[in-house]
Amino acid sequence: MSLLNVEDLRVTFDTETGPVEAVRGVSFHLDRERLGIVGESGSGKTMTGRSILRLIRPPGRIEAKRMEFDGIDLLSVSEKRMRQIRGNRISMVMQDPKYSLNPVMKVGAQLTEGLRMHDGAKGAKAKQQALDMLEAVQITDPERVFHAYPHELSGGMGQRVMIAMMLIPDPDLLIADEPTSALDVTVQSEVLAILDRLVRERGMGLIFVSHDLPLVSRFCDRVLVMYQGRVVEELDAKNLHGAEHPYTQGLLNCLPKFGGDRQPLPVLNRDAAWAE
Amino acid sequence: MSLISIENLFVTFGEGSQTVRAVQDVSIDVAAKGSCGLVGESGSGKSTVLRAMCGLAPVASGRILIDGVPVPEPRDIAFTRRVQMVFQDPYGSLHPKRTVDATLSEPLRIHGVKGRDAKVIRALEDVGLDPRFRFRYPHQLSGGQRQRVAIARALMLEPEILLLDEPTSALDASVQAEVLNLLNRLRAQRGLTFLMVSHDLAVIDFMCDDIVVMKQGQVVEAIDREALAGGRSTQQYTRELLEASSYVEAAAG
Amino acid sequence: MSVLSREWLLDPSPKSRGQARAGQIYLGCVRLFRNRLALTGLIVVLALVVIAIFAPLFATHDPVAQVLQDRLQRPLSPGHILGTDEFGRDIWSRLVYGSRVTLYIVLLVTLTAPVIGLIIGTVSGYFGGWTDTVLMRITDIFLAFPRLILALAFVAALGPGVENAVLAIALTAWPPYARVARAETLSIRSTDYIAAVRLQGASSGRILFSHVAPMCLPSVIVRVTLDMAGIILTAAGLGFLGLGAQPPLPEWGLMISSGRKFLFEQWWVATMPGLAIFIVSLGFNLLGDGLRDVLDPRSSGK
Repeated sequence: MSLLNVEDLRVTFDTETGPVEAVRGVSFHLDRERLGIVGESGSGKTMTGRSILRLIRPPGRIEAKRMEFDGIDLLSVSEKRMRQIRGNRISMVMQDPKYSLNPVMKVGAQLTEGLRMHDGAKGAKAKQQALDMLEAVQITDPERVFHAYPHELSGGMGQRVMIAMMLIPDPDLLIADEPTSALDVTVQSEVLAILDRLVRERGMGLIFVSHDLPLVSRFCDRVLVMYQGRVVEELDAKNLHGAEHPYTQGLLNCLPKFGGDRQPLPVLNRDAAWAE
Repeated sequence: MSLISIENLFVTFGEGSQTVRAVQDVSIDVAAKGSCGLVGESGSGKSTVLRAMCGLAPVASGRILIDGVPVPEPRDIAFTRRVQMVFQDPYGSLHPKRTVDATLSEPLRIHGVKGRDAKVIRALEDVGLDPRFRFRYPHQLSGGQRQRVAIARALMLEPEILLLDEPTSALDASVQAEVLNLLNRLRAQRGLTFLMVSHDLAVIDFMCDDIVVMKQGQVVEAIDREALAGGRSTQQYTRELLEASSYVEAAAG
Repeated sequence: MSVLSREWLLDPSPKSRGQARAGQIYLGCVRLFRNRLALTGLIVVLALVVIAIFAPLFATHDPVAQVLQDRLQRPLSPGHILGTDEFGRDIWSRLVYGSRVTLYIVLLVTLTAPVIGLIIGTVSGYFGGWTDTVLMRITDIFLAFPRLILALAFVAALGPGVENAVLAIALTAWPPYARVARAETLSIRSTDYIAAVRLQGASSGRILFSHVAPMCLPSVIVRVTLDMAGIILTAAGLGFLGLGAQPPLPEWGLMISSGRKFLFEQWWVATMPGLAIFIVSLGFNLLGDGLRDVLDPRSSGK
């Protein structure tokens, strides 16, 4: 049985001008593997990731034929049970550490907060666990970072702390929403390597949400390409240039090639039929 | 002779122990109708160089010359007719309470140019926007459309020099391609001189002939496009950046 | 007239500036009317204006004529729908004529205090440095005094009367607006759209008045409507102390203070003008909330 099963997921926002569907019938399943969800802004990729944790605020609504995580029906469990699942069994890493870390709390306090809440771990033990985790995300001086405030850390450092925080409860599934988009390219690859190693070692499932198709395919096993709330193509990551859908091909071709000629870049001609 | 010469530029923010040396001893030359790209990671001071050029950041020492003449301090109205800038974030660079029409006709109004209606409509056509967008507000436009408006605004006064501060980093890849093509077409048509900043070496490589790599406020290496492509870069840092952006092709085949 | 059709107004791609502006105004009205509470506020304020203009038509009695044998009549007594006060004057008629005074005070204060505040706040925030320091210390000095005491001092210097009371209130009411405008300006001045217009060679005055000030306006307007009740009450307070409106002028605050003496036996004398102030303040507050939404084009949707 799969770790996560999603069938016909729909996210609808009721607005003044009528309902707007951000996600329109997305189905996928996930084992302990790395799945990429790729699309441009407005494709519904972030909403898909968030709806798994039921993190859609009203006026948004989540509907699905099936949304099961490890035998638990995520659509029907109580909000209380959902809170236990969030963080403990499914974690989420957001785009920018600047906004997802509490600016007035020391890193250490934020790291151990989850431990104390979920497992009731006591001070010294919780701290040791947090320090171990900081080391696991290749922070060389965990003691200093533990006592630092978020603004004293660089972007790459902050994102490592975020990853550490999300992995401390040892979740079964990690949802990473553009975890490296706010980082510099050289830092990006380091953070990705850390994430990659941890996911492999711990045998977690990973959903990697990003706009960057080449990046995702380098890093994941399978890739879902989304366009206007639908999955237009599911790809084996190794087989990226075997993409058949014109949208996926367009996404790949429109990137400037290093050292290429100076011909105008191929532009995506959006076909209304893709959204059908 | 170069159109833009930046000589030994230093920019510092703050005072005393809080001093931040954002740009240290940077010299750049751009030939008329040329295109020069500044590439570097966040905190490298690349955007600060552009902002110092147009008087938005304080010059601690060094000189900025256009056509061999030092730029006036503060920048005068004649300077604004020669040099214009396109900002990174099209969501933040357009006044949220002004229509496209108001945004585009403002520079004409400031400079007392006649025939504003016709000029606004032509400017929209030049950047590939339908004239029906003319009376819309920024929030009614997509990111790519906003950036087209921002480019049109920068071109309203028909400048020779366009400073581009990460003009596509807030856009989707497919929209980035459209905007880059547009910028290249406009440059060819109008004989513009570009000084462009980006964190993306592939974008700079596509747009610019001369490439300046910056790190922590200093120039690491100035290299032309052919030399970079031919692997003649002498600096380790440049090669790291190159590697980080080359995986794109590796993945795409 | 086919030109002024709904389609013409709502045309997503207007042909001219005029059409675009008309469409904006129309959309603004639609939004204001769709918002029930704002509409209620608008009706209250419009009612106040109509009553003030046509006071003689609404009043049943002379607001200053004293009929001592009819003094302190209960509400709903024959001929006096809201009762009479201690001099036998009809309270309804006094409220009707009093609306003129109230409207006059409100109009004058809202035309002066927020404008002063907006100018000082935006100039201070935009230029920074010593301009900011000097202007903000002056603002602090004004803020440090209780408003009524400061107004008292001004009126004492200027002499009693409605105009001087208004002037005194305006002179004491601007500091909060200056603070709000300055805070907004500080974040606006570092945005790219201000940098862009500076790069186009715009003068500081142009940037301040046509680019910065419109962004500060919504928060100032909301603040003004929230202060409206306070302004009416300060005017009343000055009247009570004999420094604002002078008897027998039917000013609402003055009416409350004179009714205070009979509050336990003849509650209506003070309650009726109190209710009037309450309804009018509420009306301004609701309208202000609605206006804030209308003034923000982002709320209009596509």
